[in-house]
Amino acid sequence: MQLKGFHNPGGDALQALSSASITAAPLAPLAVQGLALERGSRRLFTDLAFELGAGEMLWVRGRNGRGKTSLLRLIAGLGAAANGQILFDGKARAAQRHVVYVGHANALKEDLSVSEALTFLLRIHGGRLDAAAIDAALGHWGLLAQRQAPVRTLSQGQRRRVALARLSVERRASLWVLDEPFDALDADGIECLNALLGTHLQRGGSVLLTGHQAALAADLPRRELDLDDCGT
Amino acid sequence: MLALFNALVVRDLRLALRRRSEALLPIGFFVIAVALFPLGIGPEPQTLRAIAPGLMWVCALLATMLSVSSLYNSDHADGTLDQLMICGHGSFESAVVIAAARSAAHWALTGAPLVIAAPLFGLMFDLPPPTIAMLAFTLLLGTPILSLLGSVGAALTLGLRSAGVLVILIVLPLTVPALIFGTGAVAAAEGGQSAVAHCSLLGALLIFTLLTAPLASAAALRLAVE
Repeated sequence: MQLKGFHNPGGDALQALSSASITAAPLAPLAVQGLALERGSRRLFTDLAFELGAGEMLWVRGRNGRGKTSLLRLIAGLGAAANGQILFDGKARAAQRHVVYVGHANALKEDLSVSEALTFLLRIHGGRLDAAAIDAALGHWGLLAQRQAPVRTLSQGQRRRVALARLSVERRASLWVLDEPFDALDADGIECLNALLGTHLQRGGSVLLTGHQAALAADLPRRELDLDDCGT
Repeated sequence: MLALFNALVVRDLRLALRRRSEALLPIGFFVIAVALFPLGIGPEPQTLRAIAPGLMWVCALLATMLSVSSLYNSDHADGTLDQLMICGHGSFESAVVIAAARSAAHWALTGAPLVIAAPLFGLMFDLPPPTIAMLAFTLLLGTPILSLLGSVGAALTLGLRSAGVLVILIVLPLTVPALIFGTGAVAAAEGGQSAVAHCSLLGALLIFTLLTAPLASAAALRLAVE
């Protein structure tokens, strides 16, 4: 199926823009072709195809168990598809395009301090960062006072903020893959993330996310992908 | 890739420093287990001297297994393993680096203290100095093998219930060659013979494990995060 169940709250202008980018064929940061995924003997989706251009946001929705998380993990590079391919700038491996994945789990070590945990996450992904950049990112999320505190003393919402603070450091037009990023965030946190998403889209970055639509700021341009329409 | 290796080893050492009591458990197990044998077997110096090298090797083996079974568990549970596996966008090489780094950190925290502790217990069992030196040397060659093989077992059983016992059942038979050549070298040194052959074989085993175990762990880890 080709972008079935796709509707466009951003208006016709965006639709025209995205179809123009397909015909002019500058390679999209992310293109998914004929993707099929199986969990055990169950087929989650077959022949899924979509493209995500620079400066675009795609909101993946679907009922529980439709494979939203599995799709995001697949695109992040975890696991293998039953069929089909995922292309980054036209290539099978994300060589140039940097992919930032923030999953359900926050990937923070309980015994590390907040700044150590964040530094570790950035370092394993090849970031070379000074303490000032880390502090700035934590300050952006209102966690500067807790930067020496062990992660185990933080609340769920604060942990989510630390995990998302990775995005504040990002300056590249990378592909963000965010699984339920608004989970556990309070109103301040939601606003902060929406602002970050806006900045990222403006610099030509792409975002693929799941989660409640209510949390996503209404003025952010987005397209939707409904997995309920893609099942077999 | 080197940055990933370093970041992971530094983090593991730092975590061990934060949880000192947990990091000391394997060495504590080794100390207690070795110290129990003279009490159970009796105080004849001749008997104790004869069994000491093999006994210490077996205790080192068990102490390593004790801590290796949970090598990837906490990283798997809190999502860190996912983040690690997508470095280099899920490439096999980065998985190999992760397995190698975790094994190296595990050896530094378990194997290395055992190598240091063994000579002290050699004195307790009244072993002659050349035998003690050979024992420490064979453990130096042998304990990395145990950490590397343990990493394979831990990766294979990741996410399974009762993984702890399963790891021991999978890995212990694989460690038999290391045990045979390690204790063989000590026995040869004790008997006044040359231990070069045993040590060479143990060294060859270490090189072989070093080259293959991280690959096997990496393949198992990729299956685990799917």
